[in-house]
Amino acid sequence: MDITASDPAARTNRRAATGELSRGFGSRERYGYLFLAPWFIGFFGLSVGPMIWSFYLSFTNFDLLTDPKWVGASNYIRMFTTDPKFMTSMRVTLFFVVLSVPLKLIAALTVALLLNRGMKGLPIYRALFYLPSLLGASVAIAILWRQIFAGNGLVNKFLALFGIAGPSWISNPSYSLWTLIILSVWQFGSPMIIFLAGLRQIPADVYEAASLDGAGRWRQFIKITLPLLSPVVFFNAIIQTIEAFKNFTPAFIISGGTGNPINSTLFYTLYLYQEAFGFFRMGYASALAWVLLALVAIFTAFAFLTAKYWVHYD
Amino acid sequence: MATAVELQNVVKSYGNLQVIHGVNLTIDPGEFTVFVGPSGCGKSTLLRMIAGLEAISDGDLLIDGERMNAVTPSERGIAMVFQSYALYPHMSVYKNLAFGLETARLPRAEIAKRVQRAAEILQIEPLLNRKPKQLSGGQRQRVAIGRAIVREPKIFLFDEPLSNLDAELRVQMRVEIAKLQQRLGNTTIYVTHDQVEAMTMADKIVVLRDGRIEQVGAPLDLYNHPRNLFVAGFIGSPKMNFLQISAAGIEADADITGSAAGGGRDVPMTLGIRPEHISIDPDTGAALGSLKVVLVESLGGQTVVYATAANGQTITVVLDGQVAVGETLEAFFDPAKAHLFAADGNVVAGARLPHIITLV
Repeated sequence: MDITASDPAARTNRRAATGELSRGFGSRERYGYLFLAPWFIGFFGLSVGPMIWSFYLSFTNFDLLTDPKWVGASNYIRMFTTDPKFMTSMRVTLFFVVLSVPLKLIAALTVALLLNRGMKGLPIYRALFYLPSLLGASVAIAILWRQIFAGNGLVNKFLALFGIAGPSWISNPSYSLWTLIILSVWQFGSPMIIFLAGLRQIPADVYEAASLDGAGRWRQFIKITLPLLSPVVFFNAIIQTIEAFKNFTPAFIISGGTGNPINSTLFYTLYLYQEAFGFFRMGYASALAWVLLALVAIFTAFAFLTAKYWVHYD
Repeated sequence: MATAVELQNVVKSYGNLQVIHGVNLTIDPGEFTVFVGPSGCGKSTLLRMIAGLEAISDGDLLIDGERMNAVTPSERGIAMVFQSYALYPHMSVYKNLAFGLETARLPRAEIAKRVQRAAEILQIEPLLNRKPKQLSGGQRQRVAIGRAIVREPKIFLFDEPLSNLDAELRVQMRVEIAKLQQRLGNTTIYVTHDQVEAMTMADKIVVLRDGRIEQVGAPLDLYNHPRNLFVAGFIGSPKMNFLQISAAGIEADADITGSAAGGGRDVPMTLGIRPEHISIDPDTGAALGSLKVVLVESLGGQTVVYATAANGQTITVVLDGQVAVGETLEAFFDPAKAHLFAADGNVVAGARLPHIITLV
């Protein structure tokens, strides 16, 4: 028989059945946990568990083959005292973060402002500008990027049209990091979409009031748009900063995993990877990972502390 | 010295769609003018064209005789209060008031003085350090008006400023805005869809429909002498009764049919009688026949009666005292206060009605 909700007998039976179950086993809760299980397993098995494990490992020497050996804080001490590559990789990453994040946000906001002027074909442009964000962190794009900026790459072929002989951008330590910054800025699509959504939220009549108050475009941008967009700027800045600290794939592909030339693209994450999977110094790599986490946390906390001075919530 | 505004054949089009069809209007210095009409009649568009927020497609806007079509909003000598208030949400009340003055690079002391004065006038001094979100609707309204005052404009523009307020506050602010305008003496243009606001505040009412002016005049002028059915129905509350009658027995100075053919005595016409001009006193004048009461709205002293006439039409009557549903009333009206409209909707001037009206 087909049991339907409109059949009173069936409904009573079912209620009795579930009532019995819940009395016996707390089944309602159990089903809930059952459905949550995939997430629980993922979260505890793949995130929290490894994090605790790596925190433990950061106080050990561990080469994957023999048991971890407790060494106390010596991994951390070594990092800050006797490891020049740690400082180099930190410098590279900070340089990248400090330049790529603002440049990317400026690019995202500029394009969002242009798109927000109500042009025809907006959905098409929006999708086109967003595309690099989807592709950007992929291996394929990084390989493509390497070709574009190579000695005989697209950029130099273009420059050759004007008689300029460009260097090999990716193998010149003066420019190599910049190619990665440009690659990162090129992926401005996702903050752009968020900026665009934020701009749409600002009521048109506020701009009308401002224009009656005599404010020109620039003053409206500075005094109205930016403050009203500040929660979105704040959000994008934090997300992009965290992303930039974590930047790995493009650096790995473009330098072939070396961080060369002369460590100019030795990102912190790349160094961490080398220590872990090149030299099998899992203990030291774990310590590096925790320092990165602390660094990101400090940056984020600092951003939140300054927020009350420049982020305006309605 | 107050300022005059003049619209000459003003047209607004969006592409092929024309929404304002050649409006001509003169607003005298210091006058409180109200644009009134139903939604979509173009009243807000017209106001925004005067403000400079919408381009004028054709025709001229003159302020103090000077053509303003191409002048930027901030240089037209106007200030505007928006329906949504359009306060700057991230600025304090003080900053909201000061923004325009700071943009104009006025000295700091002068800005402080003007903001203080506006705050005094509107009694918002204790609120100067608050943000708009911390204010009630009425307080936001005052800040919006304050922002208009500090600029010391020649002309105030109000775009349905009271429609977001509750009924009680709306009446209070209505009085305050009217008093403020009298005190400051600025030329004021006020847009509303509420004919009660129009009647109570205006020196001059401009009734608009579908992008055209239907009639311009003082409130009582429009009430007493509506030019057509639309104005007659729009001005006054409850709405004027429109009764279909035969032209037979009606005399007038002009051709009462309003049609070029003329002369025909059997053409249908519309008799307009305001609910407050119908009475149960036989001395009032002409007889309207028996009305059967179907619904009453008792306001205490007065009763709004909805009754059915002999021909089945519902007629609204405002009576003193109290009436019960189901009663039958013998209704009379004063022909001098009735309005006769021809088939084309325009009023028939100087119509003399027979003593007994035949409804059709």
